[in-house]
Amino acid sequence: MDQTIAMSLDLKGLSCPMPIAKTAQAVRDLATGDLIEVFATDPGSVPDFAAWCENTGHELVERSEDGGVYRYLIRKG
Amino acid sequence: MTIAPTTHEDVIEELKHELEQHEHQSAKHSNLVIFAWSGDLDKVWPTFILATTAAAMGMQTTVFFTFWGLFPLVKNDVHVTGENWMQKMMSVMNRGGTEHLGLSKMNFAGMGPAMMKKLADEHHVASPSELLEVARDLGVKMIPCQMTMDLLGLTREDLIDGLAEPAGATTALMAAQDSITLFI
Repeated sequence: MDQTIAMSLDLKGLSCPMPIAKTAQAVRDLATGDLIEVFATDPGSVPDFAAWCENTGHELVERSEDGGVYRYLIRKG
Repeated sequence: MTIAPTTHEDVIEELKHELEQHEHQSAKHSNLVIFAWSGDLDKVWPTFILATTAAAMGMQTTVFFTFWGLFPLVKNDVHVTGENWMQKMMSVMNRGGTEHLGLSKMNFAGMGPAMMKKLADEHHVASPSELLEVARDLGVKMIPCQMTMDLLGLTREDLIDGLAEPAGATTALMAAQDSITLFI
């Protein structure tokens, strides 16, 4: 499915629980199926985003890391 | 209009589907109730972190603030609370507001919290005040304990906005049914 990214969030430098909390606040403004891209540097965000997506029904489409910056691509469920 | 299922197999399939959905929902969306008893910075912090995270996870989240736990809800610019000298003295010795909390250990007359806040800034850890804002925005239900408010002489005007109506233990325990409960 090819789709443009509806929103991009820069949460670099923030610690737990702000990357998740800010993402949760942001997805409220999206429609189901929209893609959101999140950048974070908190290493704890790796398991946290996986758990959060599993619990909320959002889909973690992609996860990558580049020089300590994690990028999450999430589809709102 | 939905088309009514015609065979037993269809009915069974539909029920299976509904059951799965129900199980999915009940497994993933439990509630969290925190009994926030402590007014110490190092306990209020995790209370707000957990409440914020739970709300972000889509959980119905309630925090019942009681005893020392009420003081963090006092407005930061309110100095003295209480009606009689005992309540007033208590508020002076134990000033309320998220900006004036002490540590449960290594408080050192306020030096400990100052160091902790500096460390938190350096590590970009959100302050209790910031977390409280996010918690309110994500719909965390914050209930002040009416009995403790009376005991300590705290009025609704002393406390921050955005709280639920003050209530008693019954309300808190009702919310706690079928919930994850924490006493902090």
